[in-house]
Amino acid sequence: MESTQATNHVSYLQHKPHKIGILNWILSTDHKRIGLLYLYSIMVFFIVAAFLGLLMRIEKFAPGETIMDAQTYNGVFTVHGIIMIFIIVIPGLAAVFGNFFLPILIGAKDVAFPKLNLFSWYIYIAGAILALISQFASGGAPDTGWTFYVPYSADSSTNVIWALTAAFILGFSSILTGLNFIVTIHRLRAPGMSWFRMPLFPWSIYATSWIQVLATPIVGITLLMVIAERTLNIGFFDPALGGDPILFQHLFWIYSHPAVYIMILPAMGVVTEIFPTFSQKPIFGYSAIALSSVAIAAVGYFVWGHHMFTTGISYWSRWFFSFLTFIVAVPSAIKVFNWISTMYGGSIDLKPPLLWAIGFIFLFMIGGLTGLVLGALATNVHVHDTTFVVAHFHYIIFGGMGFAFFAGLHYWFPKMFGKMYNIKLANISFIITFIGFNVLYFPLFIIGLQGMPRRYFDYFPEYQYGHVISTIGAFILIIGIFIMLFNFFRGARKGEIAPANPWKGVTLDWQIESPPTLLNFDEIPVITEKPYTFKKEEEA
Amino acid sequence: MEDKKHHISSFNSLLMVLIGLFIMTGISVMITEIHFSTFSVGVALLLASIKGYLVLTYFMHLKYDEPIFRIMVFLILLLFAIVIGITFIDYLLR
Ligand SMILES: [Cu+2]
Repeated sequence: MESTQATNHVSYLQHKPHKIGILNWILSTDHKRIGLLYLYSIMVFFIVAAFLGLLMRIEKFAPGETIMDAQTYNGVFTVHGIIMIFIIVIPGLAAVFGNFFLPILIGAKDVAFPKLNLFSWYIYIAGAILALISQFASGGAPDTGWTFYVPYSADSSTNVIWALTAAFILGFSSILTGLNFIVTIHRLRAPGMSWFRMPLFPWSIYATSWIQVLATPIVGITLLMVIAERTLNIGFFDPALGGDPILFQHLFWIYSHPAVYIMILPAMGVVTEIFPTFSQKPIFGYSAIALSSVAIAAVGYFVWGHHMFTTGISYWSRWFFSFLTFIVAVPSAIKVFNWISTMYGGSIDLKPPLLWAIGFIFLFMIGGLTGLVLGALATNVHVHDTTFVVAHFHYIIFGGMGFAFFAGLHYWFPKMFGKMYNIKLANISFIITFIGFNVLYFPLFIIGLQGMPRRYFDYFPEYQYGHVISTIGAFILIIGIFIMLFNFFRGARKGEIAPANPWKGVTLDWQIESPPTLLNFDEIPVITEKPYTFKKEEEA
Repeated sequence: MEDKKHHISSFNSLLMVLIGLFIMTGISVMITEIHFSTFSVGVALLLASIKGYLVLTYFMHLKYDEPIFRIMVFLILLLFAIVIGITFIDYLLR
């Protein structure tokens, strides 16, 4: 379809109703510009939090105090966690690619409530700024870890209240975005697009949105309870006043386990778009993938107790949560099976997006299988609160969600900016990042098994070999990421003009111009067949 | 948007619901004098759910809307009840 290259169409990036440049961004209700607003904010915070992570690794290069004291270290890992979790990975894929591509993939001109969408970004920025203030206000950076466990978070003299309020506000942004997407998917699908003709990224966003809407209020209330505990001394969590500290952990993980799925479901959705395109083959097991997203969202609500096996919850609760944790692994495994089956027998084109997506499967599998070690009652006790947990967590969140995010960026970059990055440099940055990632996190499994606790700024000399390897990995990883970012910036500024459909994709996003026009479609398409229907070569 | 969907509740029915809510609030305050030991949370939650039911049905017009919304709200509350249930059953089993 050469007509999509016509130049008489104004792209969303050229559409500038305001004279002052920045107003075209911060007053825009266009879902694509809002997606980019999130992308840029997330990039900035990612660099900050990654830098904090690097500082932690440098501190642990040698035993004893290396570059910071214990209290600073406590602040640094807390800030690293709060920024990474609440500002980057929870909004992450849904806010960036969900905003940009959900309406396009279902054949809509925008989300259901564009103004609410922009408002959500403002709330997000307000929360992010509060989180930053908590680091620098007098009192010192919060030192509770991103989990805010009582009783310490009720006692610590640092700026815990600021950080709690920040997380509370960020939650609102998440809820409103989820609500917006649910209504969009219910009401704005193109004519003919029944539920089972919807591409799979929207399916994953749909499941994610429900979790955002239903689970986030619980953490909001919980954080308010800690604030009330600190200011009014109510005693929700204080045994001396009839409360229970474990109640906090229940409430916190009732949200924060499903929150892991808020992070990982859209990641699965992104790679599910990538595999069929680069195998030129319909997705294997469409309905299994669609329904497994919903199954993960549903069962994922009832596994939160696996974070609490060592806290003294009852035997039967532990049994129950452990059992369901093993159950929830099944739909994830179904997806992995389907992705691999999609590639099997396809004509594979090993371009950067597919490389990152395969990297995602590999790292996600390591993260998932070590998750079973943590989900089993006996082994959990041994590795609880060790760096084994840290490694598992980063394999899921960074190796899973992070790599899928980068896969999505490489996949949709030509569509978003109408330019192309350098493919060779993208391959190099993938290889360096992939090696750096494993060198950084894999040793943490081993020293974790040997007993290295998490969140310690110091350690016994026998763990040093693991920390040294890990720190070297951190530097390799940072180099890889900077090459990738450099490639994107250069591509966006002076890359080659990208064709409308560089990867021969068949979903709606590839049927429109690059970059899309303000309203995406000249005419709302009528959907007559299932997604991922690849035509024979001669028709293309 | 369509006028048919707009249902205007009579003042009296709203007033009755309001009075009902006040009475329930009174009960939930007075009930703190009685000690239900393990079930005190359950009793408080029960009263709160009845109040929530009244607000949702009349003030938020669920009664006059399409059934799908009632089903969705019910499922969400069911989920919430199960989650709260699991949390507090843990206390009973310890
Ligand atoms: Cu969990």
